[in-house]
Amino acid sequence: MDAPVTTETLTLVEAGRRAALQEMRRDPRVWVLGEDVARGGLFGQYRGFLDAFGPDRVVSTPISESTIMGAGLGAALVGTRPIIEMRIFDFVMCAMDELVNQIAKIRYMFGGQAKPAVVVRMPHGIWRNSAAQHSQTLESWFAHLPGVVVAAPSTPADTAGLLVAAIRSDDPVLFFDPKNLFGVTGPVPAEIDPLPFGRAREVRNGNDLTLVAWSAILPDCETACDALAAEGIGVDLIDLRTLWPWDEEAVAASVARTGRLLVVHEAVQAGGFGAEVVARTIERLGPASVKAARRLGAPRVPVPFSPPLEEVVKVTAPKIVAAAKATLGAPAAPR
Amino acid sequence: MADTAPTGHNTRRWLDLYRTMVRIRAFEETALAAHAAGQMPGPLHVSIGQEAVAAGVCLNLRADDRITSNHRGHGHAIAKGAGIAGMMEELFGRAGGHCGGKGGSMHIADFSVGMLGANGVVAGGIPIAVGAAQGLRLLGSDAIVACFFGDGAINRGPFLEGLNWAALYRLPVLFVCEDNGVAAFTRAGEVTAGAGAVARAEAIGVPAESVDGNDAAAVDAAAGRLVASVRRGDGPHLLHLRTFRLLGHTSTDKAAWRPEQEVAEARTRDPIARLRARLIEAGAADATLDAIAAEARAEMAAARDAALAAAWPDPATAWTDVLDTPAPEAA
Repeated sequence: MDAPVTTETLTLVEAGRRAALQEMRRDPRVWVLGEDVARGGLFGQYRGFLDAFGPDRVVSTPISESTIMGAGLGAALVGTRPIIEMRIFDFVMCAMDELVNQIAKIRYMFGGQAKPAVVVRMPHGIWRNSAAQHSQTLESWFAHLPGVVVAAPSTPADTAGLLVAAIRSDDPVLFFDPKNLFGVTGPVPAEIDPLPFGRAREVRNGNDLTLVAWSAILPDCETACDALAAEGIGVDLIDLRTLWPWDEEAVAASVARTGRLLVVHEAVQAGGFGAEVVARTIERLGPASVKAARRLGAPRVPVPFSPPLEEVVKVTAPKIVAAAKATLGAPAAPR
Repeated sequence: MADTAPTGHNTRRWLDLYRTMVRIRAFEETALAAHAAGQMPGPLHVSIGQEAVAAGVCLNLRADDRITSNHRGHGHAIAKGAGIAGMMEELFGRAGGHCGGKGGSMHIADFSVGMLGANGVVAGGIPIAVGAAQGLRLLGSDAIVACFFGDGAINRGPFLEGLNWAALYRLPVLFVCEDNGVAAFTRAGEVTAGAGAVARAEAIGVPAESVDGNDAAAVDAAAGRLVASVRRGDGPHLLHLRTFRLLGHTSTDKAAWRPEQEVAEARTRDPIARLRARLIEAGAADATLDAIAAEARAEMAAARDAALAAAWPDPATAWTDVLDTPAPEAA
C-alpha cells in the first residue's frame, strides 16, 4: 500500500472502543446490549455510544445474563449483529445454556439455517484484587466447545483488529478482553482492518526456546524474555491471539527450530489450553524433534483476595524465567 | 361440555383450524408408529391432545412473523407452515430434512417460514424470542414473535428475565404458555408455587389471560385479539392455554403413573373432536371433515414413505455448518 497508515497511540480499552465505534458507524445492523453500556460500560468501552447511536442500538439491560445472551442470539437470527457485553467474564456462568446449548449449537443443529453472528465480550482475568468470582480465566473451556471462535488479544492493535473481525464474522466469537491490560498503550491505525483469526503474532525472536502465550500474561512474558536475554538466552515469543482457531503452523515452525516449548497462561495449568498446544505440537513434529515441552499456569485453587495470597498463586515473570530455564534443562533460579 | 359459538365466527376459519389440527395429529401418529416400529432414531415428544394451541395461535400470524418453540414442537412448526417433507425427513435423520438430519425431532427449525427452532432446553426459546422481537424492531419491521413454552418453563429463570425484558422494552412478543399440566413426569401443580403463569406475568406488568386451550375457536379468538394488540405496539402479552397431554413425556413413556380415569376423562375434551362437533353444528358435512382427515393421513403416510426411501446424509456433512472460520489442520 502506498498511502501511509495513520496511527494513534491508544490504550487497549480505547482501541476496542474505536473498533466498535467504527463498525457501528459502518453497519446499522450492529448494536450493543449489556449492563450499563448506555453509561459507557464498566470500563468505558462504550463511552459516547448512546449519544452517537441512541437507545435502540446501545441498550442498557437488566442484570439478566441469560436473556442478555439469549436475546443477542435471537436478534442475530433475524439479521442484526449484536455485541453482547457480559460486563466481566465471570458473569457468563449465568448464561451458560444460552451460550453453550444455544449459540454454539444453533447453526449446526439447524443444518446451516441460522448464522448466529454475535460477539460476546467478556473482560477476564486477575485485576485489582477482585477475588475468586471476578478474576477467572476459563478460556480453555470455550476452546473445547465446537461452534465458537475464541479470541484473546493482548495489545491495543490486536484488540482493535480482532474486534472488527469478530463483529464482521458470521461465526459467534467469544472475545476475551484482558482487563488487566486495559490501560496499556500502543499504536492503532485510524482505519482499523479486520485481523484474521488463527494467526499468531511473533513478539520476540530467539533460537533457544519457543514461548507461547496469549492475553494478559504477555507483558510478564516479555519481562521474562528481557531477563533471559540478559543471560544470553534467546526466546521466540509467540502471542497466539486466538485460541480457536489457533496458529499451529507458527508454533510448530518455531519449535522445529528451537526444539523446546514452554506454554504460559494465567489460567489454571491443569486442563488448560497449554496442554493442547504442547500435545498438538508434539503430534505434528514427532517426539524426537521436541527436546522439552512444558506448561506454566496457575495452581488449581480459586484466585484469593489478599494481595500476598494472590501473588502466590498467579503466574509472574520470575516464575516464567524459572520455567524457561527448566525447559532449557538449566537449574531453576532460587525463589 | 358445550362450546358456545363466538360472535363473528365463520365456518371457513374453523375448517382451517380443523385442517391444521388433523394434520398435526396425523403427522405425530405417523411418527409414533414409525418410532414404535424401530424405524425412527432418537427421542420423540408428541403433542397429541394439544393441537388447538398451535393451530389457534399460528392462524393469527403472518408469514413474516416468527415463532420459537420447545421440545414438543411439531405442532407449532406445522401450524406455522413448515414443509412436511422436510420435517418428516428430519425426524428420520435424512439428508433432505430441514436441518439436513443434524437436528431431529427436538431441533426442528424452518427459517423459511419464520420457525426459529424447537429447543431441547425448557425455557430455552424465551430469551431468543425476546431478542428476535428486539432485532425485528431495530430493522424497522412490524413482524411479531410468538413464543411457545410449557408450564414447566415458568419455573426457570429465563421466564422471569424474558417477561421483564419484553415488558421493559415493550417488545412485540406474544408469550404462549401451553399448560398441559405436567412437566415431564411431574404434575406442574406439585412443583409450582402460587397462582401460576398468569399471576406471574401480571406481577411483571405483562397483561395475561387464560383460555381453554382445547377449544380451538376460543384460542383463535383470544390469539387474534392479542396478536393485534402486540402488533399495534402495546407491548407483550401472555396467553395461558390450559390443555392436556394425552400421551407420555416421550414416545416410550406410557405415563402409567396417571390414573386411567383422568386420561379417559381428558379424552372427552379432545380438541379435534370438539372442533368437529362445533363444525357439524355450524352446518359442515361429516363427509367434508372425514375427507380433510383422510387427506391429512394420506399426506403424512406419503411423507413417511418418501422419508424412509430418502437418502441418508453424506457423512462429509458432519463437518459442515460448524464455523466459517478455517479451522486448524487437526479440526
